[in-house]
Amino acid sequence: MEPKPQKKWAMVVDLDRCMGCEACVVACHAENNIPTVGEEQAAMGRAMHWMRVERYYEGEFPDVRVKFIPVFCQQCAAAPCEPVCPTYASYHTAEGLNGQVYNRCIGTRYCANACPYNLRFFNFYNPVWEKPLHLQLNPDVSVREVGVMEKCTFCVQRIKGAEIAARAEKRELKDGDVQPACAQSCPPKALVFGDLNDPKSEVSRLARSNRATRLLEELGTKPSVIYLRRESWNDGKES
Amino acid sequence: MEKSPNQITEDLLRPLFQTSGRFFAVVAILGAFVVAAFSAFMYQGYTGIGVWGIRRPVFWAFDITNFVFWIGISHAGTLISAILRLANATWRRPVTRCAEVITVFALSIGAMFPIIHLGRPWLAFWLIPYASERQIWPNFRSPLVWDFFAINTYLIGSVAFLTLPIIPDWALVRDKTSGWRKRVYGILSLGWRGTPKQWSRLETAMHIMAIAIIPVAVSVHTIVSWDFAMAPVPMWHSTIFGPYFVAGAIFSGIAALIIAMACLRKLLHLEDYLKPVHFDSLGKLLLMMSLLWFYFVFAERLTVWYGNEPSEMAVFWTTQQGAYAPLFWTMVFCNFLLPFPILAIKRLRTIAGTVIASMGVVMGMWLERFLIIVPSLSHKYVPYSWGTYRPTWVEITIMTGTFAGMALLYALFSKAVPIISIWELKVGFQKKSGVRSQAATGQRELTTGLEPKLET
Repeated sequence: MEPKPQKKWAMVVDLDRCMGCEACVVACHAENNIPTVGEEQAAMGRAMHWMRVERYYEGEFPDVRVKFIPVFCQQCAAAPCEPVCPTYASYHTAEGLNGQVYNRCIGTRYCANACPYNLRFFNFYNPVWEKPLHLQLNPDVSVREVGVMEKCTFCVQRIKGAEIAARAEKRELKDGDVQPACAQSCPPKALVFGDLNDPKSEVSRLARSNRATRLLEELGTKPSVIYLRRESWNDGKES
Repeated sequence: MEKSPNQITEDLLRPLFQTSGRFFAVVAILGAFVVAAFSAFMYQGYTGIGVWGIRRPVFWAFDITNFVFWIGISHAGTLISAILRLANATWRRPVTRCAEVITVFALSIGAMFPIIHLGRPWLAFWLIPYASERQIWPNFRSPLVWDFFAINTYLIGSVAFLTLPIIPDWALVRDKTSGWRKRVYGILSLGWRGTPKQWSRLETAMHIMAIAIIPVAVSVHTIVSWDFAMAPVPMWHSTIFGPYFVAGAIFSGIAALIIAMACLRKLLHLEDYLKPVHFDSLGKLLLMMSLLWFYFVFAERLTVWYGNEPSEMAVFWTTQQGAYAPLFWTMVFCNFLLPFPILAIKRLRTIAGTVIASMGVVMGMWLERFLIIVPSLSHKYVPYSWGTYRPTWVEITIMTGTFAGMALLYALFSKAVPIISIWELKVGFQKKSGVRSQAATGQRELTTGLEPKLET
């Protein structure tokens, strides 16, 4: 059997399609056992949303427009969060993901400071799920304890699950076999996930678009999340 | 006015043998603060670090401010004393030990913060490279691991640097006491007899340590600065940080030393030993460091402003005229506008003057560290996730406890060890009064025969 090419997981976010419904945020919470911290803590800035939809307002009232940008761990190829971790809790996987080993994390929070996107989240307290919410915890994802950093994993449990299923059926992983919770639940299909090393994948096709751009690209972090620039506003009166 | 050697011994050993009720009261008060801080830390460990005010995106605040601050204070001692020893500044003699003690205690306190600020402090030992069943080493690319090694090296080095010149003094105490004290000081003095061979070895060891400790001290604060400079955070990612931090550390260190000396002078009645001339000399050093500090801040700020890089300008303006501006300008006042005239004008460079200037500097340097950490973290690249920070009582209690702890350790130390090096003072006295004609031939020869004669 010839050696399989290494996977390079990536996500494409089509900003023209995003309407800011935040279904992805809810799906992410449910899939990844992300605790809700309560009103008071959220107001302090301790809300944990691995996936968030950033809102930017443009223009003067009444001619105001809202821009939505879904933002989640950019899974950088040259991630600033990785080298600074003293215990290898954040590390680079062979498939280009920014791994986070919860058990290895001692909570220096250095990775979160180094992350230019502020996409790492810290467990300030032990998480609590009030009954009966504890029954909906996803058994495929570990629950994190106090003092541990966490962040979007590209739903690594789904990637692994799809690989195992494919191996059981004695076949290769197909494009579209892996669907992170956010992409699966996105009504307008603004989020597309796949292997960037496979030139025929949907992600590769979209990444070749001339609308493709990356967040804070100038910092040299080489993110694996590709944004397709919003162009629809430019039709009509605005040039 | 010169004191006789016996008078010196008596004066400087007095705190070891006479303890007033006031001392116990002070220890009790300081101890209460330390206990409060410890309880606050226990509460934090039990509940979770959420009882602190840190929040996304300001994940470091008071904790690391205090860490850098105390490591900075620790540069008082060893570095200043080593430089003064090597430069053979004769006025250093009554100053060196007070300074070296600050280093050891401030470093111990500072080194505590990286541990207590962890989300899971009980796992701090994972930074130690030891053979484990998990077969994982610490990540040597992480500046925090560099910190671990740098601070431990400095701690070991400065403990050695402090204790080496204490040995003859401990032997002196041993010879002057009886009972349990004699036994304890007998063990501490490591069989010191004052033989020529022992003096010669002590001189050599101190000389080696004085030279070795300087690069260690410089590297420690450089590496502390790299905790920030290595991360791509606006206004952290700068090459100026290494020297900037080292200069700031020496700056705050000298200020702490002046305050400590003024307290010792008053409380232990050392007016005849810690004289205005010492405060004057240290005041001049502080003046130089104040100018250097101003130069660094100016260079850092000007290049950022001129470069006009948007993400850095967000941090820049928030400190110059935004939410952090009151703190910034207080810092400039405390670190430059206040101490500069006091220290530059000879008439104002008195003991009271230098102490006022030093208090300003200590406060200003604490603010400086806070202003390096918090505004940058709260204004990173993406405006959507800008944030803020406010400390809670837990952080404030822990911080107060460290200041009380420093004073407590210092007070206890001055009861166990002569806070001014007795034998070094006598050497200086002998040299100056020319009691022995061969004084000019060098300190080693002089000290060789000196001690037995003075013991009588």
